[in-house]
Amino acid sequence: MHSSDSAHTSGPSSRPAAATLEFRDATKLYPGQTEPAVDSLSLTVPAGDICVLVGPSGCGKTTAMRMANRMIDMTAGDILLDGRSIKERKPAELRREIGYAIQQIGLFPHLSVADNIATVPRLLGWSKERIRARVEELLELVSLDPGETRDRYPGQLSGGQRQRVGVARALAVDPPLMLMDEPFGAIDPINRERLQNEFLRLQREIRKTIVFVTHDIDEAIKMGDRIAIMQRGGKLAQYAPPAELLMQPANSFVEDFVGADRALKRLSLQRVRDIDLWQGDEVPYELVTDEQGRPVSWRSPDGRQSPATPVLEVDDVLRDALSDLLAEEAQYGPVVDERGKVVGILSIEILAHALHEEVGA
Amino acid sequence: MTLEVAQLQIHHRTDTCESRNGFCPSWIADHFGDYVHPFLQHLVLTVLAVAIGFAISFTLALVAHRRRWLVNPITQVTGILYTIPSVAAFFLLLPITGRGTDTALVALVSYVLLIIFRNVLAGLDNVPEETRDAGRGMGLTDSQLLWRVEIPLAMPEIMAGLRIATTTTVGLATLAFFAGAGGLGEKIFSDIAYKSNVVVAGGLAVLLAAALDGLILLTQRAITPWTRAVAQP
Repeated sequence: MHSSDSAHTSGPSSRPAAATLEFRDATKLYPGQTEPAVDSLSLTVPAGDICVLVGPSGCGKTTAMRMANRMIDMTAGDILLDGRSIKERKPAELRREIGYAIQQIGLFPHLSVADNIATVPRLLGWSKERIRARVEELLELVSLDPGETRDRYPGQLSGGQRQRVGVARALAVDPPLMLMDEPFGAIDPINRERLQNEFLRLQREIRKTIVFVTHDIDEAIKMGDRIAIMQRGGKLAQYAPPAELLMQPANSFVEDFVGADRALKRLSLQRVRDIDLWQGDEVPYELVTDEQGRPVSWRSPDGRQSPATPVLEVDDVLRDALSDLLAEEAQYGPVVDERGKVVGILSIEILAHALHEEVGA
Repeated sequence: MTLEVAQLQIHHRTDTCESRNGFCPSWIADHFGDYVHPFLQHLVLTVLAVAIGFAISFTLALVAHRRRWLVNPITQVTGILYTIPSVAAFFLLLPITGRGTDTALVALVSYVLLIIFRNVLAGLDNVPEETRDAGRGMGLTDSQLLWRVEIPLAMPEIMAGLRIATTTTVGLATLAFFAGAGGLGEKIFSDIAYKSNVVVAGGLAVLLAAALDGLILLTQRAITPWTRAVAQP
């Protein structure tokens, strides 16, 4: 498309697509408090990764995130963005280079969607045409129809649309780092799930470094390449990829926080396509398929037929597949690909094996 | 009494509509021109008073918005000014500013300060915290945040304050003739028993208030389109 092409060539191509973020003993002690809100936090977020800060309320996760763009100034330690201390930067200039999306989204109610997205580009003095093209490109990127959305006010949008505009606005100048504070917090569970998936798909395209704050461990496991679990007193309890966190919790706090169902949670980290499926000989029944290879029914040795349910998809996470099997009171079910063609059979036995093996990591 | 002399000058005491102090359309048609000058005086007085009052109280509100400790002292001082009876204020000011428009202006301005100050401040305070936070987080400086986000969002309250201040001032300005500043009040009190006079002078004052109020309302609608944008199905 022409407009997005021109936006791309005139885009801030000199800037790296993603930056490394490093916390070095970053500490925040509020005046008059004896206990720091964030206590010598040290962790490195590799460029292009999503780092989720998770923990109970009051653990300092939001404070830690807000130190990265100097919305809160740290009392000790340092934070480096691509190796450069943020303390040498003017706060307003630093913030223009860092995408910022918060729970209540904070869209400006008096500005149209286009003007909201154009906020930082205007601060940086972009030309009108470049801004127009960029707005168009961003709206398409977050799956909104530019013609329909551009001139609306935030008050005229649904919660999900507002959230998408918030993400588009945070991405406006293609920042190498994005800070997101419970960005899906105010959205109903069904739409949250959709927005999470959409955001992960988007992230596969844009590969930004992202610091993502949530109190929801399930969201953390789903969204994070790495998860930093924080506990009261602003201390980092463990910083690890989700699978490691679930398999080797560093202490009893982490173990409690990830929950008694951490074995089940590990099943959320893998998809059906990631494991070896049965190819038919292991089951006592024959799977009958139609000409396109789609599952029709099970045929027992004496010729009786029973429905081939549940039908599982290769893109299901193992946890959902297990849930489907349990719901149908079935030991196994056919797995189909995107076109509905049978590629194998998944059984509860395979799932049990999967849990024993090293997951993900 | 001067008032009686004026009364005699306006109409002759024969048994006509005028002599009965009635409502006389033909008299009104003949004398309407006499009201134009007082009307313009009244208009200028009102607009000047509100404009000066707005400039002062808007500035005070911006200052107090960032320095919260100033809110109480400013509210108290403007509150005291607001409670001084207007006629008393005119007489108190006479030795200082003399008779004329200046005296009237000072008194009228001191009345609108509290109204506008409180409305501007309330408007700025009502800006949602997350909007402010998002603005700062995106790299707006304090003054960019103020002029691009906070003031536009406070506009409905600011304009509401301006409307109250304007209609109040039109009313109070009818007393400005005590300070020698003319206006429609002078006409009204020149023959308060004569219906035609009171209806025309009083009516013009009411009309002026309504017209200015409508004008501000239209301006507000033009500059705050987002307040009327409703969710589409």
